[in-house]
Amino acid sequence: MTGEQIIFLVVALFTLGSGLMVVTTGNLVHAAFWLVSTLFGVAVVFALLNASFLAVVQVVVYIGAIAILFIFAVMLTRKDMRDQGPQMNPGWWFGALISVLVFLGLFFLLQGWSGLSTTASAMPSGFDAISELGNVLVSPDAYVLPFEVASVLLVAALIGAVYVAFNRK
Amino acid sequence: MVPLSWYLIFAALLFSIGMFGVLSRRNAVAILLGIELMLNSVIINLAAFWRYGDVTQMAGQVFAIIVFAVAAAEVAVGLALVISVYRRRNTVIADDINMMKW
Repeated sequence: MTGEQIIFLVVALFTLGSGLMVVTTGNLVHAAFWLVSTLFGVAVVFALLNASFLAVVQVVVYIGAIAILFIFAVMLTRKDMRDQGPQMNPGWWFGALISVLVFLGLFFLLQGWSGLSTTASAMPSGFDAISELGNVLVSPDAYVLPFEVASVLLVAALIGAVYVAFNRK
Repeated sequence: MVPLSWYLIFAALLFSIGMFGVLSRRNAVAILLGIELMLNSVIINLAAFWRYGDVTQMAGQVFAIIVFAVAAAEVAVGLALVISVYRRRNTVIADDINMMKW
């Protein structure tokens, strides 16, 4: 067990435990706060993967924007802060069964793949992943078109969200 | 060094947890929380394949960023719909929202 493996296991257990709390806790405001801690664990996983830009974006966009939006939505859609009644469907065990089956299916699919035990090569010296990422995002030879399509999608979605949630009274 | 399989199994577990939330929660906002967990596990996979493949090819990180944008768009539209439904029907329980037109 190297230090990196121990860090990964601790972070993974923290993230999965928080994720389980997100889907099982009865109080939705608490679920939104557990989502914040799950997203933070995923940000640490990005840092372990040397994807520093993704780690920062995870904290800024997911925790800073999406999780706060969830907390607002939870508070805007109730009169009483407490949740009454069961929070699970009557057939929740069926959902649990399907989830376990999906995980087992993915697990056995991965077992049959030869590249599974690949270890990462060291980052090339002098290679700056962030500036390379910036270059390919605006380079016509690389990913400028998906990047622009994503920005158009984001604008359209936000205008649509304002239109849908607008109070016409 | 952590082998690739650990990241993939971690992402598969997170995906299954999110899927459980989507399938068994009653509240529409909680269903969207489950979808966020599923999208996050996809981004972990993209970042892991970028790191364990050729790191000079940035495709994994670029598409991870696009998934971020799609997730932001999805949650904005989804929560706007939930708030709009709550205004009209006074409920966010997915089972109670069963009328095609109001």
